[in-house]
Amino acid sequence: MDAMSDHEHDKQLPILQGPPAAKPALEAGHDHDQEEEIVDDTLREHRLELSTVREKLKDKSGKQYWRTLEELSEDPHFEELLHREFPRHASEWDDAVDRRDFLKLMGASLALAGLAGCGRPDEAHIVPYVKQPDGMVLGKPNYYATAMPFGADAVGVLVESHEGRPTKIEGNPDHPSSMGATSAMVQASILNLYDPDRAQTVLQGGEIRAWSTFLDSAQEAATGVKAAGGAGFRILTGAVTSPTLASQLRKLLALYPQAKWHQWEPAVSEGGREGAKLAFGRVVNTVYVPGKADVILSLDSDFLASGPGHISYAKQWARRRKLESTSDSMNRLYVVEPTPTVTGSSADHRLPMRACDVELFARALAAKLGRGNAVSLPADAEKWLNIVAADLQKAHGSSLVVAGEQQSATVHALAHAINAALGNVGTTVYYTEPVEAEPVNQLESLRDLCADMDAGKVDLLLILGGNPVYDAPHDFDFVTKLKKVHTSVHLSPYFDETSAYCQWHVSESHYLESWSDARAYDGTASIVQPLISPLYYTKSAHDLVAAFSDKPGQPPYDAVRAYWTEASTKLGTAIDAGWRKWLNDGVIPGTKLPAITPELKFNPANLPAPTAMPATEVEYIFRPDPTVYDGRFANNGWLQELPKPVTKLTWDNAALVSPKFAQKNDLAHKVVSRGGEHGQIRSTVVDIELNGSKVTAATWTTPGQAENTVVLHLGYGRTRAGFTGTNKGFNAYAVRTSSAMWSASGGKMTATGDGYSLACTQYHFNMEGRQILSTATLEEYKKNPAFPHEGHEEVAKDDSLYKAFAYPNYAWGMAIDLNKCNGCNACVVACQSENNIPVVGKDQVMRGREMHWIRIDRYYTHTPGFADGGTGDPTEYNAALDNPQTFFQPVPCMQCENAPCEQVCPVGATTHSAEGLNDMVYNRCVGTRYCSNNCPYKVRRFNFLRFQDWETPQLKLLRNPEVTVRSRGVMEKCTYCVQRINNARIDAEKQNRPIRDGEIVTACESACPTEAIAFGNINDPNSKVAKLKAQQRHYTLLGELNSRPRTTYLGAVRNPNAELEKA
Amino acid sequence: MSSVTQNLPSGHEPEPWIEPGHTYASVTDKISSVVLTRPLGIGWLAGFAFLFGIVMVLNLAIGYLIVKGTGIWGINIPIGWGFAIVNFVWWIGIGHAGTLISAILYLLNQKWRTSINRFAEAMTLFAVACAGLFPLIHTGRPWMAYYMFPYPSTMGIWPQFRSPLIWDVFAVSTYGTVSLLFWFVGLLPDLATLRDRAKIGWQQKIFGMLSMGWRGSARHWHRYQSAYLLLAGLATPLVLSVHTVVSFDFAVGIVPGWHTTIFPPYFVAGAIYSGFAMVLTLAIPMRKAYGLEGFITLRHLEQMAKVMLATGLIVAYGYFIEFFMAFYSGNKFDVFLAKQRLHGPYAPFYYALILCNILTPQLLWFKKVRRNIAALFVMSLIINTGMWLERFVIVVISLTRDFMPSAWGRYSATVWDYATFVGTLGLFTMLIFLFVRGLPAIAISEMRELVHQDSHGNEGHS
Amino acid sequence: MAQIFHRSANFIARASLLGVAVLAGAALTTVLVLARSPYITNQNVTRTQPIQFSHKHHAGDDGIDCRYCHTSVETSAYAGIPPTKTCMNCHSVLFNNVGYLEPVRESFRSDESIRWNKVHRLADYVYFNHSIHINKGIGCSSCHGSVNQMPLILQASPLNMNWCLECHRNPQQNLRPKDQIFNMDWKAPANQEQVGRQLAAEYKLRTTAELTSCSTCHR
Repeated sequence: MDAMSDHEHDKQLPILQGPPAAKPALEAGHDHDQEEEIVDDTLREHRLELSTVREKLKDKSGKQYWRTLEELSEDPHFEELLHREFPRHASEWDDAVDRRDFLKLMGASLALAGLAGCGRPDEAHIVPYVKQPDGMVLGKPNYYATAMPFGADAVGVLVESHEGRPTKIEGNPDHPSSMGATSAMVQASILNLYDPDRAQTVLQGGEIRAWSTFLDSAQEAATGVKAAGGAGFRILTGAVTSPTLASQLRKLLALYPQAKWHQWEPAVSEGGREGAKLAFGRVVNTVYVPGKADVILSLDSDFLASGPGHISYAKQWARRRKLESTSDSMNRLYVVEPTPTVTGSSADHRLPMRACDVELFARALAAKLGRGNAVSLPADAEKWLNIVAADLQKAHGSSLVVAGEQQSATVHALAHAINAALGNVGTTVYYTEPVEAEPVNQLESLRDLCADMDAGKVDLLLILGGNPVYDAPHDFDFVTKLKKVHTSVHLSPYFDETSAYCQWHVSESHYLESWSDARAYDGTASIVQPLISPLYYTKSAHDLVAAFSDKPGQPPYDAVRAYWTEASTKLGTAIDAGWRKWLNDGVIPGTKLPAITPELKFNPANLPAPTAMPATEVEYIFRPDPTVYDGRFANNGWLQELPKPVTKLTWDNAALVSPKFAQKNDLAHKVVSRGGEHGQIRSTVVDIELNGSKVTAATWTTPGQAENTVVLHLGYGRTRAGFTGTNKGFNAYAVRTSSAMWSASGGKMTATGDGYSLACTQYHFNMEGRQILSTATLEEYKKNPAFPHEGHEEVAKDDSLYKAFAYPNYAWGMAIDLNKCNGCNACVVACQSENNIPVVGKDQVMRGREMHWIRIDRYYTHTPGFADGGTGDPTEYNAALDNPQTFFQPVPCMQCENAPCEQVCPVGATTHSAEGLNDMVYNRCVGTRYCSNNCPYKVRRFNFLRFQDWETPQLKLLRNPEVTVRSRGVMEKCTYCVQRINNARIDAEKQNRPIRDGEIVTACESACPTEAIAFGNINDPNSKVAKLKAQQRHYTLLGELNSRPRTTYLGAVRNPNAELEKA
Repeated sequence: MSSVTQNLPSGHEPEPWIEPGHTYASVTDKISSVVLTRPLGIGWLAGFAFLFGIVMVLNLAIGYLIVKGTGIWGINIPIGWGFAIVNFVWWIGIGHAGTLISAILYLLNQKWRTSINRFAEAMTLFAVACAGLFPLIHTGRPWMAYYMFPYPSTMGIWPQFRSPLIWDVFAVSTYGTVSLLFWFVGLLPDLATLRDRAKIGWQQKIFGMLSMGWRGSARHWHRYQSAYLLLAGLATPLVLSVHTVVSFDFAVGIVPGWHTTIFPPYFVAGAIYSGFAMVLTLAIPMRKAYGLEGFITLRHLEQMAKVMLATGLIVAYGYFIEFFMAFYSGNKFDVFLAKQRLHGPYAPFYYALILCNILTPQLLWFKKVRRNIAALFVMSLIINTGMWLERFVIVVISLTRDFMPSAWGRYSATVWDYATFVGTLGLFTMLIFLFVRGLPAIAISEMRELVHQDSHGNEGHS
Repeated sequence: MAQIFHRSANFIARASLLGVAVLAGAALTTVLVLARSPYITNQNVTRTQPIQFSHKHHAGDDGIDCRYCHTSVETSAYAGIPPTKTCMNCHSVLFNNVGYLEPVRESFRSDESIRWNKVHRLADYVYFNHSIHINKGIGCSSCHGSVNQMPLILQASPLNMNWCLECHRNPQQNLRPKDQIFNMDWKAPANQEQVGRQLAAEYKLRTTAELTSCSTCHR
């Protein structure tokens, strides 16, 4: 760790009871830890620019020159500058020798003498409360309902809190956006709360200011603009779904009639809003009901893994793929998309197609349904279209067409028309008033703002969240325009690219730290309640708006409470009774927006003739990154290290290209022997010139991508993300202009000649004909429900040298339905959060040492060229890779009954529990790694170095006290969340009753949006898991080894359209 | 010194096991002088200094390992074992020749062993010392290694006796102890001789203590003989057991490429193979440097060459059977691995292994080669390399391609891996250096017996 | 030629051979004994506390129930160390001006916690749960000794794994009737073995295999 963060770790933490703002120290600014803060924050925030250094050094020669350098080196900012301007390429968990290590090394001679083990622990202390909070039982976690606002949606969550520390996020079953499940981003959001790199105080030009000082100058500025009725007062927000914030803003605008409110979200296109206007003449909110759809067509929409309501959509979709007997039916999913997404990979039929051609496809489909004029498609697409159209019509009223978040207004409008034509409106899709408080064309909104700023019309700019300097279209040149603003205030959780150019920076509270409210994708509102008082001197958007209103200093709680006191009368509930219930349930009943039936004013026939891009033209498309999204999660180690669902890349984005494209432009991959297929791949680096600017990116060959599409994922290349996220990947915003926000052409790609090492956790993609992931079509399944067992010898249960264990009471087991898993990764992060799993950094991932206890393997099937012994290298071109079938398989520890690992551990650190778990006893492990070698599933993870952060105080707060924090040199692995099993068992035993089915829910199971994972007692024939295991689809991974895993799978069944099959 | 060996009456059978013309006195003089009177040459000092430096590198490597953790090595998931275990097996293997020569050949009453058994045993001890280092340091928490010993702990639990690693602990430590005893008992008469011939006080004292009051009385000789015989009997089974147990580390695992029944015999054969190679590697320079050609004659070297040829063929058979079984059993994992060895990313290692261990040694069929010192020396080096490669192929390649294609990986050693390996080479050689100057590298007493018998033999002819 | 060694050398040589063996044995024994000694286990070691709180006085003489202070012992993993508030419930009235209670009052005034020195300390990787032991018929004194006799609390048992396992391997030796759990003076009856078995059945105790599975205490 570098000096910067070390310094930061030393800083003492504001104590948890009582908000720091309550401390007089803040106003006085002379109390002890305040002092420390100053030192610290000047270090972090008062940036020193290279230019100034040059300035200082200019016209100094010889001696002088060096003296000045020396002075500089005294200056703490100089060191910081070095770190910023010359960032280390090695990851933060790098294991290179440094001086400190070397000294330790000298000391190690003692360790060599064998003394390391000895020595007694020093005195420990017990520090009880003075007055214990009511309702708190020490050692028992409490759960609170709240909601995580995200774009035009909010996900209701239940947050586990240990002695006042939020430690784990679970889904809220009562909340429409969650239905009990979560996504990887929701799971990881708790890490942001404890991120030591968060901005921690109010800053003016890098100098620390007390909040009161800010309030005064805010009022000053306000009165300044008041004279002109608020002309020159601008507010920039993201999409606002918080009713309270909206009303606060409206009141503010009423106060300053000339003021303007702009909005900007970089990762969501105007398509949705403009499409609605095109179709209905006004903005409406579209809500899908995939649960009622038999046939679904996605027009480049990743509705199972991103966008408002995706968790609930995934759940509904998966419930329609439940197979219990051969008589069951399944929905059918068609996907047209340029690059493989979670949704596309789980489709029954997938047609790779450039993003710009999707509109043509939509027009053609509409025409097929008698809406608008026919357009010509490529022959194969044409055939595909005909069959799909027929299928959709067959399912009249129970089909669904979904337009992609990044698609054009036309496509959205066409989707509305098609759904209408198919009679789906009211069944599988319905419309409501917009969820966003103030839906506007954000691109235009931002354009206006820039124009005004440029014209010097903006005196006071309030940026509530967001990071426009980083993510605004680069032709807007936001920075220079921002500089022209007289007073600019930026509210954000980090001191980021934008903060650096604003006079004021106010650190933003995390949603677990402050009061607010938010609407879900269907309009259902929730109160966002804090679980912990702010760790730092942070404020929320409510505070800021209030600061400029006539209610300066109004606490968010009052604002929220006030709004809902008003609203409660409309809802017909007394606020006091209602409030408690709302907080308890996490939803406010009666706030769900009613369905409306807007009149379709759109006739595709009137559309201007399509402007098709020539088929040979290469298109560059921009997409939010699957893990760090638009860049807001760039500093989140969990998401950075989370393998992207399809590419399995970590810590970087890459320019995704199709195999054919790669072959044409000889873009190569090289497996590096350090790490190899399970770690380090060196790929060709290219310069991409697009829209008059240029980025340098590593390429990545992605099977199943449309031939002439290059995907640039947004969210990387941050320069001020923080310790974890800075200088990772390349910045796609740099080549993104307002004229080509989502799909650009006329780009030029030239290989720079050098390579770049990418951290890829799974490179080899085919199964080598082993019994790993069994798949079949619905037809095949109906013919032979036991298809996974075909051609695989089954071993007799007692076919072992060792005596089989008896499991008299409980026998824990897990069944994973591959029919439902769509590889969304929620389980991986949930597990990481529940089990204190460390982040190891890119360098270590490239050495094949990532620590995830559950991994999601991605396989391509029906790739004849790679049938046997192939290297599984997508850069050896093979037609099978143009559009391979993709399957996902979550792999946690198998908890074998006849476990290879147990037999070889010399010290009995991994042993068999009486309930069939492979217990892993970290404190007994000496680290021979024999168990991992002998594990056929390679699910064991080893602490090769000291991966866990033992110093950072914030991260200590994050840890789950129920799980040991592993030290260096020990093996670790999934234990079915044994801490949850034990706690449930103890509760049951105290009541002298058996544990009920479903009482124990593992972290992965509870996070899974598609209910693919089931855990329980397989001795109980009525348990959910036992029933699944009783199915004929059920099989064990590598069954012929007779390791007899407790974690088993249900074969994946796809529901292809017979006609397309033969076509 | 003497270059008599150059004009040996070749083809004259039976060639004596000791250069003719040696008397009791000359034998004793020649051998003991190396220890007592011969001045420390600049060559020895330089070599020793160099080796000492390398040993310091070893210390550094191990120290850094303990500070940082095994992550400084190239190992990863799935390749949990790398250089450390490869080196361990290799060193243990080398450690075999010594006891084999001293014990088994002794029981088989092979006269020719006498002139080489002493330093072969020393080599064994040093090799085992180097080997013993690795299982300890390769663990993630070496300071917890005592968990592996069965002692009445306050935890109320024992080690896990089903694990081959526990068997290892016992096998290796037993082997080490017995070899040490065997070696020391054999040294007793010579230590006494040195004590008596030493001129300097401290030398007398040290050798005096070591020789434990040996007076060479008939009673002493009688007991000495029986003790030596007993130890030889004790050591013999160990020669076979140690490497058998070491091979279990792999054979018991289920990893394709490890899980095969051929391992014990072919590990033992391989061990002897590499052991003899190492004896040659040491003997050839030593006899030259200290003019011991008279004692370690060409005929000795040729015998050892023959042993190498024999064991080499057994090893070759082992390789063949591995392949045969893979395809014969039809186990798809084994078949796949077999193919991977030939075509996979590590194929070059495998072909190099075949070249070193199977093809090159075939030259030993020719007497000319067997009697060509230079050729033998080179070959011994090649075979040692080959045997190291064999262990690399077994340990690493198998792990890179096991059951789950999704988890396949690759391995490449880091500078610390190399530092540790080279370090042990240095340690080994340094100990040899100390040994040749500190103790009689050839068993004086037994050589005298040879002289005795030879002289009788000659009388018989005339 | 002069003798190098004195005759006594013979004896010394033999003696030292014996000596080595004896020493090795002794060293091993020492280590094993030390590991079980209070020096390592802290058994029966009293610590100075910020307030010389006497369990003898409160639990013994005054006969205050354990649960008055250790409120969560029946419901949670932690028995619970009372907040200052609990002390003040009585001591705002009783002994409300004696000097040795000043730290308590100070804590209550300044809202700064009292820092007690931990007496019963298990390793961090041991997940001991008070409530389940209490609920399955293990009394306080079985582990904590007769606290009501302790002027200053001390650790009555070695608290090493072996000691835990003794009971987990055959619990019946320590099981008591529910009404005796908090009785500090409980003594095992003569027929404890048999009573214990009955109670084990009554409490639906888990099998030894289950009680001694590693994950029962380690995660």
